[in-house]
Amino acid sequence: MNSTSTVVVTRRSKSLADRGRELLGRFGVHLFLAGFGIIFALPLYWLFMSSLKEQSEIFKVPPDLWPVNPRWMNFPDVLEVIPFWTYLGNSFALVVWSTIGALISNTFIAYGFARLNWPYRDQVFILVLATMMLPFQVRMIPMYIAFHQIGWLNTLLPLIVPSFFGNAFYIFLLRQFYRTIPMDLSDAARVDGANELQIFWSVVLPLMKPAITTLVLFEVIFTWNDFIGPLIYLRDNDRYTLSIGLRTFFTLYGARWDLLMACSTMFTLPMVIMFFFGQRRFIEGITLTGIKG
Amino acid sequence: MQLRKQLGLSNRGGFTAYLFVLPSIIFLVIFVVTPIVSTAYFSLTKYDLLRAPEFIGLDNYRVLIGDYRFPRSITNTLYFALGTVPAGVITSLLLAVLINRSVRGIYFYRAMFYLPVVSSFVSVSLIWLWLYEPQFGLLNDAFEALGLPRMKWLRSPDTSMLSIIILSVWKNMGLNMVIYLAGLQGIPPHLYEASEIDGAGRTSTFFRITLPLLAPTTFFVVIVYFIGALQMFVQVFIMTAGDPGNPQTRGGPLDSTVTVVVLIFDNAFAYLKMGYAAAMSFVLFAVIGLVTLVNARLLSYDIGY
Repeated sequence: MNSTSTVVVTRRSKSLADRGRELLGRFGVHLFLAGFGIIFALPLYWLFMSSLKEQSEIFKVPPDLWPVNPRWMNFPDVLEVIPFWTYLGNSFALVVWSTIGALISNTFIAYGFARLNWPYRDQVFILVLATMMLPFQVRMIPMYIAFHQIGWLNTLLPLIVPSFFGNAFYIFLLRQFYRTIPMDLSDAARVDGANELQIFWSVVLPLMKPAITTLVLFEVIFTWNDFIGPLIYLRDNDRYTLSIGLRTFFTLYGARWDLLMACSTMFTLPMVIMFFFGQRRFIEGITLTGIKG
Repeated sequence: MQLRKQLGLSNRGGFTAYLFVLPSIIFLVIFVVTPIVSTAYFSLTKYDLLRAPEFIGLDNYRVLIGDYRFPRSITNTLYFALGTVPAGVITSLLLAVLINRSVRGIYFYRAMFYLPVVSSFVSVSLIWLWLYEPQFGLLNDAFEALGLPRMKWLRSPDTSMLSIIILSVWKNMGLNMVIYLAGLQGIPPHLYEASEIDGAGRTSTFFRITLPLLAPTTFFVVIVYFIGALQMFVQVFIMTAGDPGNPQTRGGPLDSTVTVVVLIFDNAFAYLKMGYAAAMSFVLFAVIGLVTLVNARLLSYDIGY
């Protein structure tokens, strides 16, 4: 109590010079952030600008900072060179099925770890979390061999099926969120004779919308961008997802930077747009999982 | 609590609870434990997917020690990890502190720094490949305009890994910045007020209050970042691919960007040496497993909140 009033006094007694210095400091911070931000955004800016340049303009020295005559035909041209719609369809199928799988499995699993009590629950939670975090790269050889043996290679199944069994990051995220919902709500439903599945479905889950939106955003962006999984499991051109298609385009037309950047833009832009629409949920999701200081 | 007992209420899930968490246990058995056990098994065999695996004891590991590219890949991977982690952690922390102070425009700056995170490694690798292009790339043009010498970037063994480090720090900075922002917002404001009364300057406040209280966040960021760095693959696969279709040339000039995962990938999927690749995976597993153990201790500390 005493200390708070002292602070107020010190704040009030700041001289005009101090205020001026503070204002200047704040201005400096903004100047630095804006400057750094522009440099930071430059690579993506360059991607979008290059995608609208003609082949001759691409190699101009010094370069034009933006295309003099934007060439929108680069985009239709890409469609002529690669089966873009086939790749898009595969990516779409992968994203939709993985998201469905992630939604079903993780809401269930996290519920069990967050809202039910059972012996050794927290120990099992840590075990599950720590082992699930073991990266795919370490497990990929035996998993490839196993999927080879059951004949799932060259299909989306090895990429989709594991998402139906949960993911460490999402379990952690949802568990944090589940714990913010008052237990009294579940208890009230128990008094009314609801079983755990009914409580899960009609009492708790409807309150989880923000967390579920976050999960969907993360999963869509993750599977859309995923590279090493599709690279290993998909063999034929007509099975490729967009991320693999982009790489194929690169190996075939490595010197056509105009078309390559156009192709890359078509691949990147949907996620950028999605991020802008879901920015708040996205950041909230990380904030929730990010541990407290 | 008393009331709940009287009403006969309990959230002891019993059998139902196990049903809820069952999928994660299945995942653990099928997609984690089994693969690791079979990695250990395959690492003791010669296997090309066509004929049955042939048991050869520790031969793969013996060859591994003699394979000049393997030690190279380990030092490269460590160079990458030790290059990206400190640079990435320090820059994202400083950025978070700056953004946390000036609230106005925070959405804009946050979005700006976060966009690389939602872009895929394939497309950002392609952009940077174009930026690093020695003759026509934007970076060398900028260097020339500033009076600096033109560089060979990915084409020189001295700067190839450094180029990949710069791109990777750029790609992940936004993510770690947001994690730090969350950490910063968890620091009680009265601590700052107290230090202001004591007349502490900005620098000493940062080192005596902000930094120590962010220690758990930093620990988390470092571990996750480090595990991620040990798996680096896509950047090398796209940016220093050499001749398309010839894995022998993958990994940059003089093998300067060959990483452990690149080597695993080539041996498994280009040469079909599954057993040999499994031996490499097992070594990588041992290292990451060790880091994960530390991580598990951290997690058990964290969920206490």
